[in-house]
Amino acid sequence: MADKKEWPLWEVFIRSQHGLAHRHVGSLHAPDAEMAILNARDVYTRRNEGVSIWVVRASDISASSPSEKGPMFDPANSKVYRHPTFYEIPEELGHM
Amino acid sequence: MYAQMVKTGVDHIQSKEEMSPEERAFQDRVDQDIKIEPKEWMPEAYRKTLIRQISQHAHSEIIGMQPEGNWITRAPTLERKAILLAKVQDEAGHGLYLYCAAETLGVTRDELMEQLNSGKAKYSSIFNYPTLTWADIAAIGWLVDGAAIMNQVPLQRCSYGPYSRAMVRICKEESFHQRQGYDAMTKLARGTPEQKQMAQDALNRWWWPSLMMFGPSDAESVHSAQSMRWKIKINTNDELRQKFVDQTVPQAEYLGLTVPDPDLKWNAGRGQYDFGEVNWEEFYQVISGNGPCNRQRLRTRVKAYEEGRWVRDAADAYAAKKGARAKAQAA
Repeated sequence: MADKKEWPLWEVFIRSQHGLAHRHVGSLHAPDAEMAILNARDVYTRRNEGVSIWVVRASDISASSPSEKGPMFDPANSKVYRHPTFYEIPEELGHM
Repeated sequence: MYAQMVKTGVDHIQSKEEMSPEERAFQDRVDQDIKIEPKEWMPEAYRKTLIRQISQHAHSEIIGMQPEGNWITRAPTLERKAILLAKVQDEAGHGLYLYCAAETLGVTRDELMEQLNSGKAKYSSIFNYPTLTWADIAAIGWLVDGAAIMNQVPLQRCSYGPYSRAMVRICKEESFHQRQGYDAMTKLARGTPEQKQMAQDALNRWWWPSLMMFGPSDAESVHSAQSMRWKIKINTNDELRQKFVDQTVPQAEYLGLTVPDPDLKWNAGRGQYDFGEVNWEEFYQVISGNGPCNRQRLRTRVKAYEEGRWVRDAADAYAAKKGARAKAQAA
């Protein structure tokens, strides 16, 4: 019953109307990019969710490894001086 | 629910002391409401149970298109037809979101399709009942989608990231399903005496099967306890069923319709309705393949799959041709 070869998986990214970046919304199977975009229109934008669609083959995405989360992201924890709230500005100066 | 009686493969709930260090770290994350993502370590039983649960849920969405699809060509007005088409299309979309979530756990789409089409996979008992009149379509939206929402809203908080995200999308769309059903029911209930009788008949037919959707009492079930520990099940079946009854009875009264349960009565002490016992023998018959429409549903499903084969083949051939052309141009 199964088809001879399964269609590749595509990750779908949609940009909404409000000028935000494309955002990952899910995935789907399709034989090629053109069909993936058509299918993404039907599966992910039935209610005006977007004005632009990107599709990327899931196999073309490289991801950071969950087990290396510590070494990857912990270094940022100690760099509180990267946030504006680290600095105290005299109140009489008002907003900065 | 859309996934009923999901087995976990465990025979008792492990204490933290019995767990391996990996299992303990996993359970700690779940306890802290940290989402589990596809590539992270997870116990094999968690993975397998989730595949069963999510794929049952997906299959239910796909088979669920049939009882309603039955009325698309006979909807009473063009507006109702457009609404019903949109709803059935949503169900297909929900099935696709869920299949993708299941696939992140290492099962392929072909395997899932094969399980459904061969009759090996289960789907919700509710979709094995026939839709005899237009009022059944109204009743399905109101009751069946109402019961589904009861279950799906808490599942948005479940421990598995992709499942949780699929639930968020689905819940956003599901509210339309229930409201259009209640709206159609209201039209009938306020129509001619014959139309009101149609509405009442549909309520009579769908009330008990809707209560069965939540599954038998699982207060004593080790599978339910394990699923709740893993946070892939948030409430017990009885809790959700009670909530559904409490929410739905006033909606029926508002329409002047009678819920077909002589034991139904408000219990002021509990602040909840008491209601009669569900016929669980019927439920077991339906999920083991002997409901009114089980064979028809599967037959229709396989027919649709086979008759759609040429479309998939054509898409494949087109993709191959385009790929070859692009390669030739590059060379």
